[in-house]
Amino acid sequence: MKIHEYQGKEILKKFGVTVPRGIPCFSVDDAVKAAETLGGKVWVVKAQIHAGGRGKGGGVKVAKSMDEVKTYAGQILGMQLKTHQTGPQGQKVNRLLVEEGADIKKEYYVAALTDRATQKVAMMASSEGGMDIEEVAHKTPEKIIKVFVDPAAGLTDAQANELANGIGVPAGSLAQAVDTLKKLYTCYMETDASLAEINPLILEGNGNIKALDAKFNFDSNALYRHPEIVAYRDLDEEDADEIEASKFDLAYISLDGNIGCLVNGAGLAMATMDTIKLFGAEPANFLDVGGGATTEKVTEAFKIMLKNPKVKGILVNIFGGIMKCDTIANGVVTAARETHLSVPLVVRMKGTNEDLGKKILAESGLPIITADSMAEAATKIVAAVK
Amino acid sequence: MSIYINKDTKVITQGITGKTGQFHTEKCQEYANGKNCFVAGVNPKKAGEKIFDIPIFGSVKEAKAQTGATVSVIYVPPAGAADAIWEACEADLDLAICITEGIPVRDMLVVRNKMKAKEAAGGKKTLLLGPNCPGLITPEEIKIGIMPGHIHRKGRIGVVSRSGTLTYEAVAQLTEIGLGQSSAVGIGGDPINGLKHIDIMRAFNDDPDTDAVIMIGEIGGPDEAEAAVWCKANMKKPIVGFIAGVTAPAGKRMGHAGALISGGADTADAKLAIMEECGFTVTRNPSEMAKLLKALLK
Repeated sequence: MKIHEYQGKEILKKFGVTVPRGIPCFSVDDAVKAAETLGGKVWVVKAQIHAGGRGKGGGVKVAKSMDEVKTYAGQILGMQLKTHQTGPQGQKVNRLLVEEGADIKKEYYVAALTDRATQKVAMMASSEGGMDIEEVAHKTPEKIIKVFVDPAAGLTDAQANELANGIGVPAGSLAQAVDTLKKLYTCYMETDASLAEINPLILEGNGNIKALDAKFNFDSNALYRHPEIVAYRDLDEEDADEIEASKFDLAYISLDGNIGCLVNGAGLAMATMDTIKLFGAEPANFLDVGGGATTEKVTEAFKIMLKNPKVKGILVNIFGGIMKCDTIANGVVTAARETHLSVPLVVRMKGTNEDLGKKILAESGLPIITADSMAEAATKIVAAVK
Repeated sequence: MSIYINKDTKVITQGITGKTGQFHTEKCQEYANGKNCFVAGVNPKKAGEKIFDIPIFGSVKEAKAQTGATVSVIYVPPAGAADAIWEACEADLDLAICITEGIPVRDMLVVRNKMKAKEAAGGKKTLLLGPNCPGLITPEEIKIGIMPGHIHRKGRIGVVSRSGTLTYEAVAQLTEIGLGQSSAVGIGGDPINGLKHIDIMRAFNDDPDTDAVIMIGEIGGPDEAEAAVWCKANMKKPIVGFIAGVTAPAGKRMGHAGALISGGADTADAKLAIMEECGFTVTRNPSEMAKLLKALLK
């Protein structure tokens, strides 16, 4: 689960990391009031969306007067902000963060994430702050320093020093940088984050270290023990169909193609999508109905897929293990009837009670096309939508 | 022979009294020699009771002492599953198979590091399969996990995959064209897990009763590439490889927490290329995994 920058900063602050003073706003009036409350002469007006690259897209502006605060807030609020992470359609800005200006002397990058290969927490730092870190990793990998932390030991002083020294934090600010890194690590662990990134972490003219941005991602398996983080969820930032699907315990992701797929199991679902592509078409979605695909779940899955106007055909691929093919067949028939299905439907079923399942489909009187293999199913659905 | 388990393996079920644990324990008991294999259950609140004639003990340690079991299977719900894995490890079992889906990554990080520290200090190494996996089967001998037993046949082909249903797909294809399996292993879809592709490939390489292997992977993580490089130098048996997720977009979690493309080298295309370089027969068509494998057998 992702959250907004201002929420991330609230979390960082709670763990003792220094962040600029700032106030989240939902209207232009709010923004002006926030700037007045903050005082000073320079303010930063920042679009709050879950995607990165906001500055380049025109979503971050420095205001030097109240008039400018008002103008920029008006421009940014409601805009369709396009960044390299939003896709061409962009993301509508509904929230702003108005912050006090900062005296930036140097920008660094620091982050915590879980490393699969070592099964430890990787703490990364770079002297190249404020840039796209993937670009830094690609062009100048030597400028990224990593240490791997055993959760039993935590981030040691030696490790934190290695990072802070490695990115060239000046001697006078070293202790503060080390302290910030240790707090970031603690925050990462205690909130069950899967990514905690500060880019940039800045050195101010007075030598202070401050987090100018905050990007968090949280492990969805652990949200049950973090109601305070679940409360940060912003449904406006999520795909409406994906939210609807999650209510029925369906894993759904919309894609750009025209063939809807309904599959049990994440691996088989991906393999089915790949097969569709291999035979010349593109999948409209990823949809894993999981282990217990009841008639209700299958019907909801059909409804969600059919909401997508691009869908010109549906492929159902089920490996009946514990879940029997006849149960699925009944679900498919009911779903097709309830949704008045008008696009071609190809069903491929394998496993337990396969023959019974096929019989139910054949006797339903519905124009369901059946197939024995994934390849045959893909060939048939691709032909049917052309 | 087979890898890790056979008809003589004695198994403890952790989480035997829960709905999932009960359901699958019954199916596992019904399969092949299951009646003799599933010898104990664990639940501290129900010690002394029985379920399907299987005695329940208060702890894994006690269950092991009383029955001589060396393997456990875990159906404990996510919040307590990592502790259950650690209990199996502390009891010095040979292998713990964790079926549970949805364990917080931090819990897995902590328990994996504890397990490694125990080994490093000279303690017994307990292998972990999973979590979030279908389990492990040696056809017509023993089934530990949630896979449908009836699609398997005894034979000489090894199967390893992260995904459950994709493992079943490969197994069913093999059975359909008359090729049985020595063992079929689902290593699970989580980012922090126990046995990896490389470990299973090593075991299949050492197993005199495995002639060839189907290795199935997914987008995300370095595991398949590591296994491929190891196979190039060491594997003496032909391998068919498939990677799911050519069509998966970057940055999206495709059902499995582990299936999320983050860098550049963990895409399906990159993994397929490495596997091909390392001598695998790779396919982009998952429907022909078994057919390709048959062509490789002399």
